[in-house]
Parts: sequence; structure tokens; C-alpha cells
Amino acid sequence: MYTVPKLEDYSAESLDRAANELRKALESEAHDVNTAAQFKEFRDRWWSRKSGIKAQINKVWLGNAPLDQKPKVGFWLNLLAMEIEEKLEETQGAVAVYESALTLAAKEDWTGVISRPLADRLDISLPGIQRPIGVKHPVLRVMDEIVAVFKAMGYSVGEGPEVETDYYNFESLNFPPNHPARDTQDTLFIAGQESKPARDRLLLRTHTSPVQIRTMEQQPPPVRIVIPGKVHRNDPLDATHSPVFHQVEGLAVDTNITFCDLKGTLDHAMKALFGSSVKTRFYPSFFPFTEPSADMQVSCIFCGGKGCRKCKFSGWIELLGCGMVDPNVFDFVKQNGYDSSKISGFAFGMGVERIAILKYEVEEIQLFYEGDVRFLEQFA
Amino acid sequence: MRILPTWLREFVKVAADDRQLAEDLTSAGIAVESVQEENGATIYEMDLTTNRVDAMNHYGVAREASAIYDVDLKPVEPKLPKPKVRRIAPPNISGPIGMTSLTEQMEAAAATLDTDAFPIVIEDAQGCARYTARIVRNVKIGPSPQPVASRLELLGSRPINNAADATNYALNELGHPTHAFDLDLLEGGTIIVRRAREGEVLKTLDGVDRKLSTGDLVIADEKKPVALAGVMGGFDSMITERTKNVLIESAWFDPATVRSMAKRHLMHTDASHRFERGADWGITPLACDRVAELILASAGDELHGGQIDTVARRAERASIALHRSEVNRILGIDFDEDEIQRILGRLGFGVTRNAEGDFRVQVPTWRLDVEREVDLLEELARIHGYNQFPNTLPAFTGAVVTLPDEPKNAKVRETMLALGYDEAISITFISEQEAKAFGGGEPLAIANPLSEEAGYLRTSLIPGLLDMVGYNLNRGNANVRLFEAGEVFEKLGDGSIEDERRHLGFVATGDAIAKSVHSLAQPHTFFHMKGDVEELLAAFEYQKLHFDDQTPPYFHPGRSARALMDGGTVACFGQLHPDVAAARKFRQEIYIAELMLDRLYRHSLCEPRYQRISKFPTVERDFSFIFDEALTFERIRSAVEELRLAELQQFVPAEIFRGEKVGPGKYSVLLHTEFQSNERTLRDDEVAQWSAQIVAKLESLGGVLRAQ
Repeated sequence: MYTVPKLEDYSAESLDRAANELRKALESEAHDVNTAAQFKEFRDRWWSRKSGIKAQINKVWLGNAPLDQKPKVGFWLNLLAMEIEEKLEETQGAVAVYESALTLAAKEDWTGVISRPLADRLDISLPGIQRPIGVKHPVLRVMDEIVAVFKAMGYSVGEGPEVETDYYNFESLNFPPNHPARDTQDTLFIAGQESKPARDRLLLRTHTSPVQIRTMEQQPPPVRIVIPGKVHRNDPLDATHSPVFHQVEGLAVDTNITFCDLKGTLDHAMKALFGSSVKTRFYPSFFPFTEPSADMQVSCIFCGGKGCRKCKFSGWIELLGCGMVDPNVFDFVKQNGYDSSKISGFAFGMGVERIAILKYEVEEIQLFYEGDVRFLEQFA
Repeated sequence: MRILPTWLREFVKVAADDRQLAEDLTSAGIAVESVQEENGATIYEMDLTTNRVDAMNHYGVAREASAIYDVDLKPVEPKLPKPKVRRIAPPNISGPIGMTSLTEQMEAAAATLDTDAFPIVIEDAQGCARYTARIVRNVKIGPSPQPVASRLELLGSRPINNAADATNYALNELGHPTHAFDLDLLEGGTIIVRRAREGEVLKTLDGVDRKLSTGDLVIADEKKPVALAGVMGGFDSMITERTKNVLIESAWFDPATVRSMAKRHLMHTDASHRFERGADWGITPLACDRVAELILASAGDELHGGQIDTVARRAERASIALHRSEVNRILGIDFDEDEIQRILGRLGFGVTRNAEGDFRVQVPTWRLDVEREVDLLEELARIHGYNQFPNTLPAFTGAVVTLPDEPKNAKVRETMLALGYDEAISITFISEQEAKAFGGGEPLAIANPLSEEAGYLRTSLIPGLLDMVGYNLNRGNANVRLFEAGEVFEKLGDGSIEDERRHLGFVATGDAIAKSVHSLAQPHTFFHMKGDVEELLAAFEYQKLHFDDQTPPYFHPGRSARALMDGGTVACFGQLHPDVAAARKFRQEIYIAELMLDRLYRHSLCEPRYQRISKFPTVERDFSFIFDEALTFERIRSAVEELRLAELQQFVPAEIFRGEKVGPGKYSVLLHTEFQSNERTLRDDEVAQWSAQIVAKLESLGGVLRAQ
């Protein structure tokens, strides 16, 4: 049975030793307490105001401490007292559980392991209390995935304004004024621009490509950027069109970039996005700001290339446009180190909605912009 | 556009079947979108890129096939009978490439004048570089022969008569638009290509009277315009069953001129489509002869005179130097000399090799898209086959840089998601009415909006969010929490500068905590919204954050607040004004918030800082006070703050009562305080003294202490 010893000295080691002995005794006595009666006895022995061990340590240890040590010892005893109190509470809780189990055992003649009182049991099959968290928009979620793939390949993220000038959206991307290729863009123009020079007139960017020029104006080569962003076209919202959509653009410029690198980079990115078994193939295409230009297809991510409804039974899905940066584009940033006879580069751009539609089998693009929570919350 | 493989095969001998041919063409950039069978014939539906107008016809596609398979392309050589009258020599135009003077043209025309020949005068050499014509007499206008008619039908055009069909057939074969006039309806025995005069009117083939202006280029006889150059012929000179004599026009018109005319008159025809994109300057004589051959074969009986070929300016293509080193630098692989010669030669380029093993390449007149060395590289790459190039990854010497706002955007977004708001994207456009109601500055109008309701760029994210709330409520989704981070727009200064700023908007309605078997529902309130705003703002560094009631008029005046961080407005939030809600037919309370992220982002994100956790006990004291309703908690809080009690760790309102016991115009508040020191256990007398200070301070605000 533990009794409070006298302390020989008040060094830190001695205090630690004394405290550890006390804790050991407290632990072992608490362990033997099962019934309410035992607990009362235990509590009196440790906590009784006059003769309890708590009172004794105050009297014996603090009382005999040298005067200059008293504050330190007082503080230390406070902490020990808190430990004793915690242990008392804990033991009391355990006793309550034990007692009610005993009652139960008596009532039902149940002699199993004493662990949980049935009276306090919950129907754990009821649903939990949920604190719902919000859901990322499916389009932005897909956009994040694409950006992450290119970040991992050493691309920095670039950005630019949604209201652009004619210069950045068209002219510097080798769309000359009055060129038919401009017609394909269904551009929305800002009103009241007539007094400005044509290249300064504002419009809603029709693609994220203007950020290519903006980036090259800011930063000499080498460049590797990936540009996620919102773009606008003059298309009313319906099942297959939206005036608002998103693109991810990419640009790599250096002294050593070739058409083979363009193919290899996109092939690698598609495998990272859709799985290593995905194949890519490239077709000649036309974009004013790349030469040679290409459309890239991936083997159908649903049927693996055998042919299904989603790939219109072709085994392939068209996913993005790309090409080697046209020297005319470099000429617009020549003074910043982009001499097309010394450097080369590739660029690519993909529509995020298109990929999201494919991936999640969403029938109508307008679902992305209606904000219906029954739709959005499916993408948790 | 449609292509018939049987027609192609008249020009190239290809072993591959129709499906394989379609695939191989597609791989080389001559995209066959679909292969269909119709009346026993295979039809390719083509999807060609806008730069490849030269291949939007059978001969052009055949040329591509000849390059792909390295087989000969059969030349088109119209067989024409000897003209009835003496052959007229073509105008002898020598000298450098460029403009030919009007006098030279007139002289050339006069020299060839014949009773039956038509002098052709080009007054506008910029608009019309070349005009070739022929005359066929004593034709019998009637239906086209079966082979011609059925091919045109397969291509989707309706046969009209043998003369008109001949031009259409030649267009599909060679890609060059031509026109047939009723010769006898042309007055004055001459053709003049000139600018229209202000006020002239021309009835075009579609029966519409076109008011002309000086921007229009017309084909005219001596008296009047007879065709809108490169766009559409005139109604009054068209071929009819009564036509006896025909003049065939095969000309080259300037792309920009035709484009502006087509735009002005809102006409898009096969001819304008072709000329706008750049026709083949060199093919006009061949196309002219081919049409003549076709007309003679079905309708004509005499060819009169020779070819009248008037050249106002020459438009041959330049030659380009092609370096093998450049091929490797851009494409990444070496091409051997033979392959370069073979590919370019088959496509009609003139290739000469120089001593260094490099090339000089003469571009054919039909390839207006090829101007530079890099354009030749694309020709090599696409005929070689894009998929024949290996996939490689480039080495890179740069570093990855993070945008300054990227971590802030991420923090805001993850906080909104954690607070239970779903991310949404709304349409960027709002109506004029909304732009006025939901924005401070002057909105940016769109010149060509989708609709009147979408005439402006959004000045706030709130209207878009309210639209989405409406959408949900109308479908029975009563509990909605949405947020959107996006750009808002307005004009700055004198209106010439546009300003684009990032905002965060969020909206909540219905239950903050849903009803369940465990608890009752808890509806959204102003204080839920405020808590969410506080949570967002807490991520940023600031000295002082305070709230006032200065909010825009679309907020409920008594239930909304503005947050100022170090004196600058960063957010407005609260209940939507009941009138605005009623106008949108909302029958439940809507809470909205808008954060000006551009301003908030001037503050840096909080760096976590560790503070030692006190080992000493906390002392708690509660005070029950009665205050006037007018006295806000902010006044109470800042008064106590002024006391600068270092050990006062917590000061919060615990309970608020109103009612009879408290009296009208008053409220009772239970204030909970906690004192704690890092260095010592606090003494009773210290705490008593601080409590007295607090009581005195609050009494000075007019508070009455009820209990302590």
C-alpha cells in the first residue's frame, strides 16, 4: 500500500522519482476498482480533504520544502493533483459501465464478456449526422486534372484576361484582318470600340491562345506554360452549344523543340490522363497560329478502340488541336528573344467541356451552367 | 463538300479500295468525314480545312492521291474543235509580273478584234487580275446528258440546263468558278470589269434587286452591270431555253474584294466561297476550255473565235528556298533528297536541287496557302504521314513558376467546399436592368449580344447565382448552397478602359443543417452567412477587420453587412432584399455574399504561428447586462478592448434575451469572459479588479448590470 514518503532532497530527479512512484500506485489501485463501493474507498483514500494522499503530499512535500523552492514545488504539485483528479473521473466512468453490465447480466442471466451496457446501446444502423462538404464543378475538376498532368511535366500555369484586344486574340496569332478564319470563331465584340485602332478593339477572347503571346512578351525563351481559362463564343446555350466554355492551352518554346516532341508530349499527357493503354494519332489540320498543324485523336477511352456509340464506332475520339508555333507568331515577340530561325516551339489547346462530357457521359452541355444541385452533387 | 471516288479515279490509278483511299486521304489532311453509298455509287463527304481550297474539287483531291501513292496524275486536256472564224492570238503581254496598263489591254483587245470576238477590258486590275472568255454559238439549251446530270445529283446539286450544268461540273472537277452569259443579251459587244457606280441596280440570278455601290466589282456590258463579280451572275443575262449564243467567263477575282461584296450583300455562293479563299490564277484558260468542251458536247455546235485571255496583272507564286537542316530542326527527322523531290513534285511544286543539297521550290498558282519554308515542311510532314514520326519528349532548362494568386485561389476554393457550398459556373452575361441593379460602375455592353437579356458583361456574380437559385427552387431543390469564383467587368475612367476583376459570390437558402432523425432543421440565417465570410477572411493577414451596414440596395437594409479589412471593403453579405426576392418569385429567404477577391488578395495568406499553451488555470466570469437596443455588440466589444486587459483571453456574448422582463427598447446579454496568464495562476483579487473595470466600462455605455 502506497504511503507518501518524505523527500530527501528537492532536486528535479528526486521530484520526478517521487511523482513516478505516486503515478504507479495510483494506476495500480485504480485498476482494482470495479464496484461503486470500491470506488468510494479509492476516492476517499486519494482525495479526502484532510487525510487523502493529495492532502498528504501538500503537507509532507510542500510543507518540508526549502523556502526558495516552494513556488516551484507548489506548481509541480498542482499538476500532480490534476492527474489524480483525472484518474478519479476516469475510474468513476469505468465503474458506471461495470455496474450497469452487472445489472444486465443479473437480469438476463447473461454471462458473456462484460463490455457494453445494452441499455445505452445505439441503433448504429441509423444514418450518421452529416456535415456535407461542397462539390467541385465537374468542368473545373477535369480542368484541374489536365493542368496537374502538365505541371508534373514541368509546365508553369499562365493566365490572361477574358476581355481581350483584337491584337492578342487574332492579329498576333496570325489571323490577318478580314481573314475568313476569323469567321469560324463566332466572336462577341464589346460595344463602343469604333474610335479605337482595329488592333486595340476589345472582344471576349474566343480561345486561350492570346495568353501564348502575353506570356512570350513577359518571358524570354525557354517557356513551358499551361493555360486553363474561360472563353466565350456567340453561341446560344442549348444541348450542344454554350456561349461560355473552358480551354486548356499549352505552349513549349526552346532551342530544341520538334514535331516529334509535340507528338511525344501529348502522347505522354494522354496516357497520364486516361491510362497507359491509350494510343494517340495525329492528322493534318489548319490553325493560323501553327504550322504544321494537327488534330489529335485518342483511342476510345470507353471501348479501347473496338468501336462503340461514344466514338461513333470509329475507335477514336478527336480531342485537341495542336501544331508547331508559326514563325509569324514568333515575329510578334521577336524583340524578346523569339527569333524563329533559332528557336522553335509547339502549342496545343483542348476544350474542357468536351472531355468532361465524354468522361461523365453528360448528355447536354447546358447542365454545366444551370447550377442544378442535383446535377452538381453527383460529382463528389 | 462531296467527292465521288469514281471521278477521282479518272485522274489517278489507285489500287486501294474506296474505304482505304478515304483513310489515306484523311491521314494526309484531306479529311473524308464519312463514306456513304448512294444509288450504287460511293460518296465521300469531305471536311477540308479552310486553307485548302485548292483541294475542294476532284482534280485537287486526285493530285493529293497522286502524292500519297506516288502515282501519275493525268492532265486535263479539253479537246475543242477548230474555231469557225480565224483563231485569235491571245494578247501578247510581256514584261515583269505586275499590272498591265489599260492602254496595253485596249491595244491587245483591238489587235484581236473580230466581228465575233468580244473585247474585254479590266478597269480594276486589283479586283480582277485575269478574265478569260470563249464564245459558243448556235447552242441548243436543254437538259444535260445523263452522266453529267447524275454526277451533279450525287454531289447534291440540282441539274438546270446543259450550259449552267457545264459550269457547275467544271467547278466540281477543277475547282474554278465560271459563268455562262446569254451573249445576245449583252449590249455593246464588250465586257468591262469595273467598279459599280453609286445607285446602279443589278437583279441577280436569285431574282433579288441588288443596290450597288462603288465598293462592288461588277461585270458590265456597255450599258449596265450584268454580274456581281465572283459572287453571282445577273438575272437578265442568264441562260434560258431561248438562248442561242453563249459567252463563257473564267476569271480571277481578288479575295478581299469578293469577301467584302459577299458580306455587304449577305450572299454566300459556291463562287464567292472559292474566290474569297483565293482561286487559282493560272487555271482560268483551262477551266474556260473545259466548260466550252462540255457545252459543245451536249448543246453546241460551233466554237467561235479563240480564247480571249485578258491579263490585268500576273499572280504567279514566288519560289522558296528549302533547307534540309530546317526540315530536321522543326520536324525532328531527316528526309532524304529523293523523298523531298517526290512529295513536292507530285503536289505540283517545281523542285530544283542546288549544290549544297538544298532546294529551290516553285509554288504552283493554286497553292495560295504555301508562302514560306515552314509551309513546305508541312507538305512534307503530312504526305510522309504524321503518325510515321516517332514520339519523343523534349529536354527542358527552365523552372516551374507559381502564379502569385494561385495559393489564394486554392485556399478560397477549398474553404468554400469545406463550408458545404457546391461550385457553380454561371453565364457571363446579364441584362441592362441587372447591370444597373447589381453594379456600381458603368457596365460593358456587347456589340453583338446573344439576346437582349444577355447584352452586358456581368458587373457582379450575384445575378448569375440568383438565376441558379431560381432554377433549383423551381425544381423543388429547396436547400441550395452555391459559390462561383469568376471575373466581373466594368468600364474605368472615361469609359475607354475595361476593368476585369476577380470576385467570389455565394448564395445559401433553405436549411443550414438538414432535418434528420437526430436533430431538427436549422434554417440559414444572416449569422451563418457571416460565419462563412469570417471563415474566409480569417485565412488572410490583416490588422483590423470590422463590419458596418453600408451595403448595396439589393441587400436587406437591416440584415446585411459590409466587411472592411484594414479600412478597405472586401465583402458584402446578408439577406437578399425582399423586393428583389419577390421580383424573382422567391418564397424563402435567400442569403448572398460577394467578396472582392482582387482587394482581398492585396493581403497575404496567414502564416501559421505557434503560441505556447498556458499551463495555468483559466478563470471564468459571466456578466449579465441590460443595454439599449441601439447599442451594438461591436460597441461593447471595442469598449472592452480599449481596456487592454492582457489576461482577458475571451470575451463573447453567451446569451441574449428580449421581452417583458427586460423591458421595451432594451435587451439583456450574458457576457462570458475568460482570464488566463501564461506565467502564473491568477489571484482572485486581480480578476475581481479586472471584472470591476469591465463593469465600469460597460456602465459608461449605459449598461445596467443585472448579475455577475
